[in-house]
Amino acid sequence: MVAERTLPTSEAEDLIALVREIARDELAPKAAEHEEREVFPRDAFRLLGRTGLLGLPYPERFGGGEQPYEVYLQALEEVASAWMSVGVGVSVHVMSCYALANHGTDEQRDRWLPDMLAGDLLGAYALSEVQAGSDAAALATRAVRDGADYVLTGTKAWISHAGHADFYTLMARTSDAGARGISCFLVPGDTPGLTAGAPERKMGLTGSTTAQLHLTDARVSAQRRIGAEGQGLALALSSLDSGRLGIAACAVGLAQAALDEAVAYAKQRTQFGRPIIDFQGLEFLLADMAAAVDSARATYLDAARRRDRGLPFRRQAATAKLIATDAAMKVTTDAVQVLGGAGYTRDFPVERYLREAKVTQIFEGTNQIQRLVIARELRRA
Amino acid sequence: MNIVVLVKLVPDTYSERKLSDTDHTLDRDSADAVLDEINERAVEEALQLKEAHGGEVTALCVGPDRAVDAVRKALQMGADKAVHVSDAALHGSDVITTAKVLAKAVGTIDGVDLVIAGNEASDGRAGAVPAILAELLGLPQLTHANKVTVEGDTITVERATDDGVLHLQATLPALVSVSEKINEPRYPSFKGIMAAKKKPITTLTVADLGLDPAGVGLSGAWTAVLEAAPKPPRTAGERVEDNGDGGTKIAEYLVGQKLI
Ligand SMILES: Cc1cc2nc3c(=O)[nH]c(=O)nc-3n(C[C@H](O)[C@H](O)[C@H](O)COP(=O)(O)OP(=O)(O)OC[C@H]3O[C@@H](n4cnc5c(N)ncnc54)[C@H](O)[C@@H]3O)c2cc1C
Repeated sequence: MVAERTLPTSEAEDLIALVREIARDELAPKAAEHEEREVFPRDAFRLLGRTGLLGLPYPERFGGGEQPYEVYLQALEEVASAWMSVGVGVSVHVMSCYALANHGTDEQRDRWLPDMLAGDLLGAYALSEVQAGSDAAALATRAVRDGADYVLTGTKAWISHAGHADFYTLMARTSDAGARGISCFLVPGDTPGLTAGAPERKMGLTGSTTAQLHLTDARVSAQRRIGAEGQGLALALSSLDSGRLGIAACAVGLAQAALDEAVAYAKQRTQFGRPIIDFQGLEFLLADMAAAVDSARATYLDAARRRDRGLPFRRQAATAKLIATDAAMKVTTDAVQVLGGAGYTRDFPVERYLREAKVTQIFEGTNQIQRLVIARELRRA
Repeated sequence: MNIVVLVKLVPDTYSERKLSDTDHTLDRDSADAVLDEINERAVEEALQLKEAHGGEVTALCVGPDRAVDAVRKALQMGADKAVHVSDAALHGSDVITTAKVLAKAVGTIDGVDLVIAGNEASDGRAGAVPAILAELLGLPQLTHANKVTVEGDTITVERATDDGVLHLQATLPALVSVSEKINEPRYPSFKGIMAAKKKPITTLTVADLGLDPAGVGLSGAWTAVLEAAPKPPRTAGERVEDNGDGGTKIAEYLVGQKLI
């Protein structure tokens, strides 16, 4: 079953139709094999890039699609539904363009943004470190000013696309002033002194490379600092507000895929002489799964529409990330249940969906941190 | 180079396709409809020729109102403009009538150098329209092309057959029909989607083309479908136990089915 959507314009409808076609014909058929072999699908991003999907929510004057988040996120959901690693990758790329697009000077944007949105390049977002996960302000990677450059030294951890990315939006410490001592840099992927470690051996999302990023006296032009010195953490966190909406949309896409698989299986599998969907015990499970998918979608779309209208949306984005990723965990777990023993094997995709769902509760702020963000906003209100 | 490319909206081969109970014509509402894949290849070939030689690509479609979706897809891929002949009188037209209408419609476009069609639509599968249209237009026909090259006003195509590769050559203007192997069609881009909204689509009726509505459609058709039955549901198939002679058994089965 395809997700039923309400879209604001005819071009958005055409866009979703195009994304569905590409997802069905180009992404879905390759997903299982790439995930099994743990191969990063760089070509898939080139195809999506040529189609314009790597720049959808950014202004047309820089080569973007100038689409509202309401539309971009639904396109992203369709991609993730066919192939989670690619959906997450698109979301990470879009987030990696955020700091420059929203806080770069005109000169910086004119110089770098068009190439970043054109589709040939792939970005990464480098905030986390081994000792600075949930507590991002504890990051220790140093950027020391030296003439016209900064010299970067340290190790970023858990970086999606590490080693594959053409540029990194990277947070490093320019002073010891805690959260106010961090700055944001747009670091070219081929910078001497920048190397990626061995990929993490993950439970799921195995097509998406995650690795450490080592910086040894890596020289980055001071012109590539985005925003003022000390503004980096604020930029990183506001990138995450939008990024979390992307993860919420990906989680909904994944949950939708699991639901579709479960419903199709339940219609054709018979036990006790009847299709198993005819047993109320199972039918109610499926109904709860559908309700979880629909409500998660509604939640991220509400946050997206607030963002599109220029309203504050930090709390709503945290809520959407929390609700959608918990829904994905529940729905994928239940999808395995619906398929019984078959669901527990690698011959069916639902066990992979379950493994992929788990990480969405962890990255871009664990779901405990989402609650922290929500509570902080409540206290502030 | 001025290229006209024929496009058709067909039921998506991914969805179940049905004939209507009353007149055995295609039930166009029962299935998702898409631009026929062979037409995507025709459009792709037209765009590649335009990119190499300059000029303009016009998508031409005969079909009901909703066939504008096929037209739009061609425009999104990069065609410059479109002509859409839509008329209730055309319902049930056979290949000859369709070709006559297409010929008239091609006549409304100035200075056509090349007409490109798919060799066979995935719904009717008559595979005759390109040849009939070439006859009606008095153009040389280079059908079932796997490869097209244009140099000056000479067009050369390759056609693969069981016996080898045929090279066909003609002087422009000409008509080409393309095979499935000719190219991999591009996807539209989001920019293409946005640009297509501003591209002109000329909509014409049968009367606009100077044809008599009474002479087209089901009543004017030279062929009629008398009977249609849905294909039988798929059966469970035969299971071959492999006791070391699995290969032989499969071969025997295929021989029995006259497949080898
Ligand atoms: C596959 C993958 C891809 C990733 N991609 C990126 C990337 O591209 N860029 C990037 O910068 N990072 C990335 N990350 C890192 C990710 O954002 C961090 O893993 C995440 O922020 C959690 O940090 P941590 O792993 O250090 O866990 P910790 O912070 O050590 O947390 C451990 C546990 O403690 C809980 N906890 C911590 N603090 C609190 C608190 N104050 N209150 C309540 N509970 C708390 C957490 O919720 C969690 O349950 C990625 C991670 C993964 C797994």
